[in-house]
Amino acid sequence: MDDVYIIGAGIHTFGRHPGKSGLDQGEYAVREALKDAGLNWSDMQFGFGGSASAGHADAILPRLGLTGAQFINVSNGCATGGSALLSGYWAIKSGEFDIGIIVGFDKHDRGAFNPQPVESGLPQWYGDAGFMLTTQFFALKTQRYMHEHGISPLTLARVAEKNLANGAITDHAWRKTPLDAQSILDAPMVSDPFTKYMFCSPAEGGAALIIASAKKARELGRDQIRIHGATVKTRFEGSFEVFAPSLTIERDVSPCETASKAAYEMAGLGPKDIDVAQIQDTESGAEIMHMAENGFCKDGDQEQLLADGETRIGGRLPTNTDGGCIACGEPIGASGLRQVYENVVQLRGGLGARQVEGARVAYSQVYGAPGISAVCIIGE
Amino acid sequence: MKEPIDLSDFQSLIAQESAGPRLIGGRHLETGRIVFPCPEGDRYEPIKLSSKGRLWSYTVQCFPPKSPPYKGVNNPAQFKPFFLGYVEIPGEVIVQTRLDVNDVKELEIGQDMHLVIIPFETPEGEPNEEIYSFRPTQQSAEQSQGKGA
Repeated sequence: MDDVYIIGAGIHTFGRHPGKSGLDQGEYAVREALKDAGLNWSDMQFGFGGSASAGHADAILPRLGLTGAQFINVSNGCATGGSALLSGYWAIKSGEFDIGIIVGFDKHDRGAFNPQPVESGLPQWYGDAGFMLTTQFFALKTQRYMHEHGISPLTLARVAEKNLANGAITDHAWRKTPLDAQSILDAPMVSDPFTKYMFCSPAEGGAALIIASAKKARELGRDQIRIHGATVKTRFEGSFEVFAPSLTIERDVSPCETASKAAYEMAGLGPKDIDVAQIQDTESGAEIMHMAENGFCKDGDQEQLLADGETRIGGRLPTNTDGGCIACGEPIGASGLRQVYENVVQLRGGLGARQVEGARVAYSQVYGAPGISAVCIIGE
Repeated sequence: MKEPIDLSDFQSLIAQESAGPRLIGGRHLETGRIVFPCPEGDRYEPIKLSSKGRLWSYTVQCFPPKSPPYKGVNNPAQFKPFFLGYVEIPGEVIVQTRLDVNDVKELEIGQDMHLVIIPFETPEGEPNEEIYSFRPTQQSAEQSQGKGA
């Protein structure tokens, strides 16, 4: 089977863009990716795209040209971008296609996401009671994790401090104002243990990647960044996932752990080989837990790693170098592709203050409801 | 044949016993695994869960959830933050629940909890309801101070 390469990447700045639709932002990202690859829309043999709140992804086609090519809409919660990328990866890996585009965009209302119980197969009372909030889940999972592994609120604040500092030096980030850990701790509480600056917000943005077979990438002279491994895994009976009226007493691993292990296996690499990582930080607790779930440290070691600045740019494992969801916000369809975009530009180099020197292998992971994780490892 | 369960309101989750309320869970007929609430269909039989448990995790909802689906008072001027979490019912299941406390300092993972029924305030003009909740069982002064550290 042929290897798969990322040969073009484009992004529309994340944040809030009054007067611009989600579709506008998706179209912009596609044109940027095409420009980056030196290709035309008519060169695309297929597309996979996702948007949760800004219309169907294939509504983008009339704007770019109705070429008759295969295009499939992907919907997989916050893991939509990662799932679209995996779909494209297998389309090429299968030998059926040589080149195609992956696109994600979104534009969400202000405030928390507002899912309805019926969409998740849950009884109506669960939403009536005020339990249908992703923010509660992350708070509950983090609170338990902190108790079991000795993580302090200061460490949660340090994650947000780092990501806001990275956002301040990133063109495509939304939040550009650095904040110190103490101010983050002192901010109004949203859902204990999280204050308002520890959470990401639903936002807007678009991202697109062009992927190609090894043969095509070589032909175009763009065979620099290979996909070493890409996976999507779902939850187990004993995983602790969002919107769970009950949990089994016997606990099991998360889908992130299995997606991560499978991706390392595909890549023939381990956590020690990773030079830069983008991991889901819907709030600072998620980044802490995902550090361990992706194999970058043992449970509890995050306390010292954050205190020592090991996940900052310049540290041992720079994490969320563009500020992650905390600084970029979370437009669902685009979020996972933003992570891969950031990894692509890190591997190419020349990012100035946010450059991870000598980055050769990059890792990304998204997590989505109702218990999905997608991992992608790329590199030379 | 068991009776079909209507999960449209909070009352369907509760069995009122002379000794106090109990939550109705479901036991999988083949594996014996217990879940809450009891799912519809014929793979689970309803069982009354123990009313005693231990706090497994907790948080507080500080901003008003959007309606729908939230049925409670969510007008920002009148909204009161509420506490919620998971309580482990030993040997059975871990259930998500409201927590009947007034301050996060009253909560400590591992502490004993018991089931209570509390008022659920709805917007003006709507009938008020009741919802299940768990309350700390032996709340000594020592415990509530210890949490602040």
